[in-house]
Amino acid sequence: MLKFVVRRLLLLVPILFGLSVLLFVWLRALPGGPAQALLGERATAESVARIESLYGLNDAWYVQYWKFVSAAVQLDFGNSARTNRPVAEEMARTFPATFELAVAALIFAIGIGIPLGYFAARKYGSWLDNLSVSGSLLGVAVPVFFLAYILKYVFSVQLGWFPTQGRQDPRMDADHPTGLYVLDGLITGNPEASWDAIMHLVLPAIALGAIPLAVIVRITRASVLDVVHEDYVRTAEAKGLWERTITRRHVLRNALLPVVTVIGLQAGLLFSGAILTETVFAFDGVGRFIAEAISNRDYAVLQGFILVIAAIYVIVNLLVDVSYGLIDPRVRVR
Amino acid sequence: MTSTEPLLDVRDLSVTFTRKGGPTVRAVDGVSFTVRPGETVSLVGESGSGKSVTSLAVMGLLPRRGVQVGGQVLFDGDDLLTLPRDRLRDIRGRDIAMVFQDPMSSLNPVVPIGVQVTEVLERHQDLHGEKARAAAADLLARVGIPDPTRRLKEYPHQLSGGMRQRALIAMALACQPRLLIADEPTTALDVTIQAQIIELLKELVQDTGAALVLITHDLGIVAGLCDTVHVMYSGRVVESAGRRELFARPRHPYTGGLLGSVPRLDAPRGAPLHPIPGSPTDVLRWDRGCAFAPRCQNRVDACTEGPPPLESYAGRSLRCLNPLTESEEVSA
Repeated sequence: MLKFVVRRLLLLVPILFGLSVLLFVWLRALPGGPAQALLGERATAESVARIESLYGLNDAWYVQYWKFVSAAVQLDFGNSARTNRPVAEEMARTFPATFELAVAALIFAIGIGIPLGYFAARKYGSWLDNLSVSGSLLGVAVPVFFLAYILKYVFSVQLGWFPTQGRQDPRMDADHPTGLYVLDGLITGNPEASWDAIMHLVLPAIALGAIPLAVIVRITRASVLDVVHEDYVRTAEAKGLWERTITRRHVLRNALLPVVTVIGLQAGLLFSGAILTETVFAFDGVGRFIAEAISNRDYAVLQGFILVIAAIYVIVNLLVDVSYGLIDPRVRVR
Repeated sequence: MTSTEPLLDVRDLSVTFTRKGGPTVRAVDGVSFTVRPGETVSLVGESGSGKSVTSLAVMGLLPRRGVQVGGQVLFDGDDLLTLPRDRLRDIRGRDIAMVFQDPMSSLNPVVPIGVQVTEVLERHQDLHGEKARAAAADLLARVGIPDPTRRLKEYPHQLSGGMRQRALIAMALACQPRLLIADEPTTALDVTIQAQIIELLKELVQDTGAALVLITHDLGIVAGLCDTVHVMYSGRVVESAGRRELFARPRHPYTGGLLGSVPRLDAPRGAPLHPIPGSPTDVLRWDRGCAFAPRCQNRVDACTEGPPPLESYAGRSLRCLNPLTESEEVSA
């Protein structure tokens, strides 16, 4: 088991190396540059040159790459050209926010997706089944930004049930030791701040969780439909077991195996998928920060953030594989 | 060995599968048989003869959708087909247990063997925790699984095919059922293991006094184990008799064909095998005549003019208008 984990973690090195080279070259192939973006359209050639020499942008790309890598291995990704603050600091601020949002979206998607998929399968062909199938098709088909705007318009603007943007009411006096606002409220003894953070999370989480929800419903439904016809479920029936024992132990335990894989893949995607949602809800997380960095050609931010997101994706999938071994004895790593 | 009151009395059982837009299929058509306490009864037939569907109907394990079950299945006087579901659940696993064909797919791959045994004890005998585990280990030991305490923690894929079937038998016998239904219990196993499993079933049935309904296509197994044999073809019983009478004098041409098709080791080398010509899919619908007629060498005109009745005489039932005579039996 340990060997397996170590081997997978070592695989991160070539992945991150390859990705960093690609990123580096790709970013510099974009038209314009950070100096232009910083100074605007009417910048003089002189001031552009001054900025470029200040940030070392005149060096050959491999010299820049070497500087970047030797600093990055010490988790120093340089300074943001836009905010002029260390990239590592920006990460510490934005990653907890997106992490919190991603967890909320997953709770929404799993908490609704698995029961809905299960009941759709058990009531195969009923109105509930049809509704869940067509609803999940809609969930995949509707663009996230559209859904996000609709949610915001209906539930924030029209009904006023939820705040329209941000992570916390700015008038609220709250400390944030961890950057996870819901948790912060609890550990600083400020449940009001926690509640406020949760209310700010609801709509973005639904928007971000819509696609994972749809995928989970479909996979769960298909998987349960398969499993209920398995011989071992018939064996369980022949033993006279209670319906709930059969459901929990014999149907769900097997039916959820493929669902876990899908949840892992979706969880990895949430970090990158948050860009649109965070932009619509002005949610101060990774996605929004990256979106701004792209329009500002903020090389340092893009390089650092994208590499860390890639590493997170690999690690999340490693966790999924490990947990898969825990729930399915047949793939347990020996 | 047998008392007079039947333990299981199947009366005119019929099972029809219906599908939207498709033709309905009558898989079991007016099957009746009885099983007395301690008796061993066999349902014999080729694939598709309706024998497995019969056993699933008795257990109430057929899907509820698209299936119509008619007739009566009296167990101890209660009709299992009309019993409330919860009472049926009480009977299943406790009074009637079942062993299935494929021990790999019949065991839950992600649940330890021990849990799969103890769950029956927990459900029906109110045994829990350490007590249930000890009882489960005893059961595994009894069906010949070595080192049972260790095996309890293992998963089905860690056991061999024979061990898995033993484990399934242990689960079936956990509550000392009065009736055990074994549906092709050896089909998925190696030949040497088959003999061991049959030996084990025989021993356990004798020890516990349980009645056994054995479903098989293998007449070799029937010969070693059963008191009464019902031969099924295309959803109906075509011949029923005591084991000795049936083997000594098969009357239905199909029974004769089944017996004649068993390869014999004492036959001279190169002697041809005697398969039944045609396939079980060449059937006539029973309402038009005898379903076996298209493959039958004893066919007469009357066979295709209407369904042959099931007639009983001298302790035997036969559904045939032109049965085998003594001189034909061996060559059939």
